[in-house]
Amino acid sequence: MTVFLQQLINGLSLGSIYALVALGYTMVYGVLRLINFAHGDIYMLGAYIGYFAARVLRGHSIHPLADTLIILTVSMVVCGLVGLLIERLAYRPVRHASRLTMLIIAIGVSLFIENLSQIVFGADPKFFPQLIPEKAWHFSGVILTNQQVLVLAVALALMLLLNLFIFKTRTGKAMRAVSFNLDAARLMGINPGAIIALTFALGSSLAAAGGILVSINIPGIDPLMGVMTGLKAFVAAVLGGIGNIFGAVLGGLILGLAEVMVAGYGSSTYRDAIAFLILIVILLFKPEGILGKGQIEKV
Amino acid sequence: MAGTSKGKNRIRVAGSMAIAACGWLAFTACDKKEPAVTASTEILIGEFGSMTGATATFGQSTHMGIMMAIDSLNTVGGVLDKTIRVISEDDQGKPEEAITVVTKLINKDRVVALLGEIASSNSLAAAPVAQKSGIPMVSPGSTNPKVTEVGDFIFRVCFIDPFQGTAMAKFTANNLKLTRVAVLRDIRSDYSVGLADFYTKAFTAMGGEILADESYSAGDKDFTAQLTSIIAKNPQAIFLPGYYTEVGLIARQARKLGLTVPLMGGDGWDSEKLWEIGGEALNGCFYSNHYSVDDTSAMVRDFVAKFKRRYEGKVPDAMAALGFDAAMVLADAIKRAGTASPDSIRMALAATQGFQGVTGSTSLDSFRNAVKPAVVLEVRDGKNIYKGSIEP
Amino acid sequence: MKNTLHTLLALAALWLLSVGVNALLIHGPILQGPYIFQILMLAGINIVLAVSLNLTNGITGQFSIGHAGFFAVGAYASAALTVYFGPIFLKSLEMFPRSLNEALLLLLALLTAALAAAVAGLIVGIPSLRLKGDYLAIVTLGFGEIIRVLILNIDAVGGARGFSGIPPLTTFFWVAALVALVIVAVHRLVRSSYGRAFLAVRENEIAAQAMGIDLTRTKVLAFVIGAAFAGMAGCLFGHFSMYLHTNSFTFIKSFEIIIMIALGGLGSLLGSVLGAVVLTALPELFRGFESWRMVIYSLALILIMIYRPQGLLGGKSPFRSKRKPRSP
Repeated sequence: MTVFLQQLINGLSLGSIYALVALGYTMVYGVLRLINFAHGDIYMLGAYIGYFAARVLRGHSIHPLADTLIILTVSMVVCGLVGLLIERLAYRPVRHASRLTMLIIAIGVSLFIENLSQIVFGADPKFFPQLIPEKAWHFSGVILTNQQVLVLAVALALMLLLNLFIFKTRTGKAMRAVSFNLDAARLMGINPGAIIALTFALGSSLAAAGGILVSINIPGIDPLMGVMTGLKAFVAAVLGGIGNIFGAVLGGLILGLAEVMVAGYGSSTYRDAIAFLILIVILLFKPEGILGKGQIEKV
Repeated sequence: MAGTSKGKNRIRVAGSMAIAACGWLAFTACDKKEPAVTASTEILIGEFGSMTGATATFGQSTHMGIMMAIDSLNTVGGVLDKTIRVISEDDQGKPEEAITVVTKLINKDRVVALLGEIASSNSLAAAPVAQKSGIPMVSPGSTNPKVTEVGDFIFRVCFIDPFQGTAMAKFTANNLKLTRVAVLRDIRSDYSVGLADFYTKAFTAMGGEILADESYSAGDKDFTAQLTSIIAKNPQAIFLPGYYTEVGLIARQARKLGLTVPLMGGDGWDSEKLWEIGGEALNGCFYSNHYSVDDTSAMVRDFVAKFKRRYEGKVPDAMAALGFDAAMVLADAIKRAGTASPDSIRMALAATQGFQGVTGSTSLDSFRNAVKPAVVLEVRDGKNIYKGSIEP
Repeated sequence: MKNTLHTLLALAALWLLSVGVNALLIHGPILQGPYIFQILMLAGINIVLAVSLNLTNGITGQFSIGHAGFFAVGAYASAALTVYFGPIFLKSLEMFPRSLNEALLLLLALLTAALAAAVAGLIVGIPSLRLKGDYLAIVTLGFGEIIRVLILNIDAVGGARGFSGIPPLTTFFWVAALVALVIVAVHRLVRSSYGRAFLAVRENEIAAQAMGIDLTRTKVLAFVIGAAFAGMAGCLFGHFSMYLHTNSFTFIKSFEIIIMIALGGLGSLLGSVLGAVVLTALPELFRGFESWRMVIYSLALILIMIYRPQGLLGGKSPFRSKRKPRSP
């Protein structure tokens, strides 16, 4: 039983990371109908920016928790800007091209970021400095570390903030309008270009947060860490219903749990496959996802 | 086929082109020249290793050892009155990349011999290419027995894993006096899987019990699932025959999950990055290796001192020592062969006996493996402390 | 009768060509001969991959990014055959000349590869019916990865450590023959009624269906044929490098093939050939700048897709905006 509970905690930790990254995917898909393959690489960039920020902060540490928040904020802001840049340079020129073209461009952007990072940062894994001295609590055989608690807390907080923003502010409403029907939104006086840019920025900063949070628990970072995570987060978004915020969170958590259970009770070499298996099953039987609505194509 | 005249034309064109090409070749091919040992002033040796990636220190250290050896030879005139030039390639730690770079070294650069690799998986991938092309390959540090089984052009200057696995099993049973151990192997690495098997066989033969046998994949970052399973079985130690990057991460996560027992491993642990990654989680852990920096023999002390001088205070690890020895053995073989032709070098290598090196005396047996003792080191506070030697 | 004669003539021409290439590059006076030979072989394999993917993606408009999976299935299936049954096979044919036996073995391996990959194509193709565009792309990506992970877990073909000991049966003749076959096959297919069906499906599925085209059959056919050729390319690849590792069959490989056909022009046969050759030969020029290679590729890909989405040789752009008016 304790093993199960432990795996449950592991799964929720992993799942909340997937959820954060999935949110970015789902939001961008909602407004642009584009699968932004480069999203996973923003997650990676977030981790690296955090790494460098932590190095800078090394000498002037204030307080572990404050340090973490500073690094988190810095990384989120920088990656938000990177997201804006990508949207402006790579996706805006082809806004009206076919979906296939945009998909190929997204692949290109992803490959570009990954390979440039390998040159700039070096392909060898780097190790995130430990910002928070470790403390573990034992509950009858199950171990919870303060780092895990932090990750879960921050992820939850960010998701709640996003939720508030999307459903309780005017800009949030504008975002929802654009994802529902871009042309109608434009008729209502909303500037779709600005909203799309904002969506990218927001999604990217969440991915960056995911990158930092994951590095707190698992300190190894390398330029290709975003590849698998990005794909899996995308699967999570599809699982929950792409375009749906709650769906992304739900999908992320389910995927994280599934993966940890497979790795723990089955074989770790299958852990990557479970994500794709879920994807195929979902797309075959309920392509709109758990919380999504079916779309009828009229002729 | 094509019923249209366009199709017929195409075939006619293709056919005549082919025949024309062959006609031309008939003239030029008559004068077959062997692309071989020319009367140049250099002997070209190819080196391939993982200079980047998760096992980057392996390639880098080996390279440093090799270059130190080659430079020391070149300053006294080289071998057979020619300078030795080493062409180095990075295989990024990937076996399929090893094939690509070795093929390039053989076909494009026309090297007469190869030095590499450390990771057995990479050596196993590259060896068939070397064997097929008739270029001798000397592996400084691949310990999986299958490497030299590829063919008679493949050699190594280190011990092999049946010995290493037994050595660690003996250490576990006799020195640490433990009977219940769990195994955690890297399923991506021939080395790890092989060593885990040899250890298991030896340990159970000595009466020990393997409580769990879990696996991970090099490149994984999260091992909590496997560790949780292992911890539940309550082992007295974990045998972890992986490479240093994952070993360090696993050690950390294991301690976080409450594991207090020692971890043990093989020469794949040996890297300056091990402590950097694993930190205090590694205190009290043991691993087998090819040499110890604290060895008091004159040869080792001299090597360590020269290495530190040349590389700004860096302490040579086993890969550097093995690289050094491999390069020296190869150079010696070239000298004994009297000519820098690949086949003669092969014959000379096969006859290597009693060559004194930093990692001991290298004598190649009929399987082209070296028989050498292993040392066991304990990791403590960033240092690897010599615990003992195990003779073959 | 005429067809058979022409086929035999073509094969004979290819055989002569391969003799010539071998003589010139392997045993000949060119110092870098074997190196150029190696590039030619890999380029040939990539041509087959590119042209076969173009059939599915460019001509039938089914955006598949899991082609590496079929490449892998063919490679591993044929390698398993030659490694495990090869020795017995060769021994039973001892009385015949060795080169003939090996050619026969490779032919058997090629057929196995084509069959295995075709089956895989069927398995991937059937779910693909229900999906379009992005979703299709992601599902094929997923299948490609699942195939890779499954192979990774089969110890009999080396598992995570790779499959070694594959006999080096591939010769220039076989690569050239397969290249010729795929080009001729796709060329003729496109000009047949099947080809018209493929193109119709690409342009507008609903209209095609209204015209009486069986969508199921057409799409699945495209997948299966593309997959079969990719599988055969895989067979030749495995028997050339003598070693297989799943690292060579990740979605990065699928992306590389996509770049080849995007560069050459989706839907253009010659474009795929060009794209494949350029992207095989170019890296060799960049040997020193290995790390920058992919950076430049990806940048080139982005720029091409923004400014010239039809690629170098693409004719009328198949990429007229497909943005459907959004339903309220």
